[in-house]
Amino acid sequence: MSEPVTALNNASETNGIAAIRELGPLGMITLRGDLSAAYLRTLTTKLTGVKFPDVRECHSEGENGLAWMSPDELLVMCSYAQANDHVARMSEALSGKHALVANVSDARAVFEVKGPHARDVIAKLAPVDLTPEGFTPGMFRRSRMAQVPAAFWMRDAETFQIICFRSVAQYMFDLLKIAAQPGSEVGHF
Amino acid sequence: MSTRLATGGRLLNTDKPVNFAFNGKQMRGYEGDTLASALLANDQMLMGRSFKYHRPRGVVASGAEEPNGLVNLGSEGKFEPNQRVTTTEIFEGLEATSQNHWPSLEFDVGAINKHLSRFLPAGFYYKMFMYPRAAWKHVYEPIIRHSAGLGKAPKTTDVDTYEHFYAFCDVLVVGGGVAGLEAARTAGRSGAKVLLLEQTEHWGGRAPVDGGTVDGKPAAEFVDDLVAELQGMDNVQMRSRTMGAGVYDHGYVLGYERLTDHAPQKSGPRHRLWRIRAGHVITATGAIERPLSFAGNDIPGVMLAAAVRDYVVNWGVSIGDRTVVVTNNDNAYLTAIALKHAGLDVPAILDARVLPQDSMLMEQAKALGIRVMMGHAIASVKGGKRVTGVTVCSQAGEGAALEEIACDAVAMSGGWSPVVHLWSHCGGKLRWDTAQACFSPDLDNAPKGADGMGFVTPAGAASGMFPLDDVLCDAHAAADGVVTSLGFKLPKDVTAPSAERREEAPMAPVWLMPQGASVKLREKTWLDYQNDVKVSDVRLAAQEGFVSVEHAKRYTTLGMATDQGKLSNINGLATLAGALDADIPTVGTTTFRPPYHPISMASIGGEARGPVFQPIRRTPMHDWHEANGAEFEPVGQWRRPYAFKRGSESTHDAVNREVKNTRTNMGLLDASTLGKIIVKGPDAGKFLDMLYTNMMSTLKPGKCRYGLMCSENGFLIDDGVVARVDEDTWLCHTTTGGAETIHGHMEEWLQTEWWDWDVYVANVTEQYAQVAVVGPNARKCLEKLGGTDVSKDALGFMEWVDGELGGFKCRIYRISFSGELSYEIAVDASHGQAFWDALMVAGNDLGVMPYGTECLHILRAEKGFIMIGDETDGTVIPQDLGLHWALSKKKEDYLGKRAQERSHMADPTRWKLVGLETTDGSTLPDGAYAVGEGTNANGQRNMIGRVTSTYHSANLDRGIAMGLVLNGPDRMGEVIDFPGTDGKTYHARIVDPVFYDKEGEKQNV
Repeated sequence: MSEPVTALNNASETNGIAAIRELGPLGMITLRGDLSAAYLRTLTTKLTGVKFPDVRECHSEGENGLAWMSPDELLVMCSYAQANDHVARMSEALSGKHALVANVSDARAVFEVKGPHARDVIAKLAPVDLTPEGFTPGMFRRSRMAQVPAAFWMRDAETFQIICFRSVAQYMFDLLKIAAQPGSEVGHF
Repeated sequence: MSTRLATGGRLLNTDKPVNFAFNGKQMRGYEGDTLASALLANDQMLMGRSFKYHRPRGVVASGAEEPNGLVNLGSEGKFEPNQRVTTTEIFEGLEATSQNHWPSLEFDVGAINKHLSRFLPAGFYYKMFMYPRAAWKHVYEPIIRHSAGLGKAPKTTDVDTYEHFYAFCDVLVVGGGVAGLEAARTAGRSGAKVLLLEQTEHWGGRAPVDGGTVDGKPAAEFVDDLVAELQGMDNVQMRSRTMGAGVYDHGYVLGYERLTDHAPQKSGPRHRLWRIRAGHVITATGAIERPLSFAGNDIPGVMLAAAVRDYVVNWGVSIGDRTVVVTNNDNAYLTAIALKHAGLDVPAILDARVLPQDSMLMEQAKALGIRVMMGHAIASVKGGKRVTGVTVCSQAGEGAALEEIACDAVAMSGGWSPVVHLWSHCGGKLRWDTAQACFSPDLDNAPKGADGMGFVTPAGAASGMFPLDDVLCDAHAAADGVVTSLGFKLPKDVTAPSAERREEAPMAPVWLMPQGASVKLREKTWLDYQNDVKVSDVRLAAQEGFVSVEHAKRYTTLGMATDQGKLSNINGLATLAGALDADIPTVGTTTFRPPYHPISMASIGGEARGPVFQPIRRTPMHDWHEANGAEFEPVGQWRRPYAFKRGSESTHDAVNREVKNTRTNMGLLDASTLGKIIVKGPDAGKFLDMLYTNMMSTLKPGKCRYGLMCSENGFLIDDGVVARVDEDTWLCHTTTGGAETIHGHMEEWLQTEWWDWDVYVANVTEQYAQVAVVGPNARKCLEKLGGTDVSKDALGFMEWVDGELGGFKCRIYRISFSGELSYEIAVDASHGQAFWDALMVAGNDLGVMPYGTECLHILRAEKGFIMIGDETDGTVIPQDLGLHWALSKKKEDYLGKRAQERSHMADPTRWKLVGLETTDGSTLPDGAYAVGEGTNANGQRNMIGRVTSTYHSANLDRGIAMGLVLNGPDRMGEVIDFPGTDGKTYHARIVDPVFYDKEGEKQNV
């Protein structure tokens, strides 16, 4: 088998007001099921080692993480290599229960926007309250950035991680570059 | 002459001269100048020509309300027409040219229009549309097109960039004058998150110019302290050079920030469009002074009184040595006093009022030695391109000249109108304030939010409060009320600042000067400077029956220019009311629509231009396609290869090569774009039986079935191959364009109708790169890669298997959309390119060629397979396409079933799918209609069918087509006629739609 290749081969841009780079490949698993069920919460927190997210939250630690996607959908994050194994383990653990587990690692592209002006860059593209008190590390938004669906959260006070569909990775990268163009600091936050 | 004074100019930095050019002439201003003040300082009063009569035009105002001072700015990629000189800050190297004149600003041939003005009355355009008919096209339109239009259209691409910014706050304050500043401070003290916008560079609005004392300090000092205080508040954000452009539903407000207009050398975006969600909006947008309507009020040198004052105080510019002030209120006296203090002459103040006793300001003016003439008016202004004097008359009379006063400037004031635009944008109502003769916000009828409560509150002059003390009290109270309604609380010790009261005599409404002005005078009395609308035009409109203000506006074009009638609207509707003998509030105002002041189109587009104008979706193999001659076509937001061209080959030749090669050797198609949706759960089978017209619940794991999907109205919306993965899991393939909509369709039914069914769906379209390996050598190629048995017995037609090929983990479907031996292989997208490369290598000696969507279309058409979007267009049902075999009779129900039983759906005369074969082998034009006997009720020829797909088949060496034809399947062998748009009539025989390998032997190997 070949080595997995991300959509943009980990392209990066550091000339703007925030540093942008494509991450990955990373493991991502869609889990649809009853998010209130103890079996589901135990299973996923054990697999990832992070706290179970509340509504519009994401908890991440290294490559591992859990993100609340909808009232009955969870995004389980892990290393790319682990994804298939996780899918198998989750499917087995959930057999007999009504749930859907699908590996979507390759369906997505992941970007990082980092720096003191990272909030500016995101707020130019997503209709989300990004004030420091309105959006803090641990929160998660499944929204849009310009014309494409995207989800994002903050890893720390200056680092955003963005997930979008793989097919629009180039568009997302170009967008982020423009939003981070030199001299475009907003100074609002 | 207008000139720079030796002293004054509080906004200027005289240490920093700035060079700029107007119509190629080098001029000099200072940092802090607007283009208007800098031009005036260089005695450039004449700045442009009016729209219709090409009258000489000079600046009349000092802010966003300016109707006349419009110029072309910049050149090449920075060129922009219709830029207001009053809102343009100058910068080193600025280049401006005047507009709407030919051949030059000083001498303009179009000005001859003014002599024709009696032939260009109100409603001219509408009248000329009517009669004589031919004259419009051949005479009037060419002349109007030549003479009309202000700035030039840009010819090169804009080199600047633009962006959006989403902001959220509790209280948005629009306007950074004293009212806005005080409102922001009050709101800020409650702890609310406050955003304050100011359209100009400076804070404080008119207060520093108009003076006064607040809390014992001069107004200017009060403003400075207030700004410093606000800057120290963490919960208050201030943005200068940012205009509140529009107020929309639910507290949505657009702000327009001009980042580099004043400094084009700066990096970063030029404009930023703020998309703000505010809990509450305070409009502290101030007020605009109204002109007075007297003959010759458009001659350069006639200006608003407050503007004259602004130029002197802010920029140290005198409009003329001798300025006559004409007014109906006390406020204009401030101008006379300011001019006197600047050492300039004010020969007279013509005050239309007759007052029993002098007010404070009158006394001050008289004490300065100014001649105040009560009850007097201007009969007419003397001069052409510049004011040379005024003829004085009694306001009460008809204009008989009493004396002439020589002057080179006229400062006029007809009273003030609150800027109610933002209040009105989202439905705020107005009330008529008789005392001040203006429309003010009707506080009982605010624009309402989702909770039924008002979400906009006016403050200060925008609310009709003009004295400084009232402005501050009102702003404080407005902000207090707003934060309280939002659940915040002011600390107890917070009170409104108090300003020293300046007693003023009441103003008197004056809508025409003199009140009995003759027709001759009215024809020279301008209401709308930019669009050349005069008092006589509005009166004519009224006389011709235009009683509605909205109709009269469009008939006369009053207020329809780029200034949207900021100066002319109230005067115009008062004139209309006068002509109709109606009250002003009965006549009402025209609608205020956003934006308040023009904003750049590019700011609305934001970042969406060039490469990110629209998202383009790319498959994992997109770069390979691009590097290997692919000519792309859009399919949804994807770009799919239409054909892969080799060398100098034409697209048509490439398609023909691909079509032949796929049937004789083998082809590769990038099928990654096809939708792939997992449907899982105990009720998944039941769910799919409802979605598809045929039965999916009976499909065995490991097998595939082609299915059709209809809307609840029975029309075909999608098709594709469904694979059953395990006991409660199915994978549904959709069309490329249908993936997202079908996913949404499934979710909608699951969430709204069958919410109690246990089914989950997931769109995994992009998880996989999918390649169709098609043609007689397909199996050989896969066998070369090895890893999974793909023989006829191991993997039969319409079966799938998970396995490995050449070391790639994959799922192999044996399905065919071409009639050939064919496999579709899905691998994880991150390995898609590597897998494609492996297939190209393995297929190298098997004649492998990639093929594009056109080849795909031809291959399926040769087999008579339908295509969603070709054979269907939203009005076609499966029965029309002869797909009865895919409509389950066993099922009680499926989406579309009942709809298909409606009488017109079951109508036997619905056009049906057939094959079409031209008698001469040519290719039918796409979309051509077949004509029948006779004509319909409209006298058009009767139609009996239309072409849905048509191609040249290289394999059959002739044109093949499919179409929907009246009674088509019963008319096999008949020849029908298709008139083409090329003048030729095509004759086509109705045949079976399967043209190639009718027995299906080629795929069954």
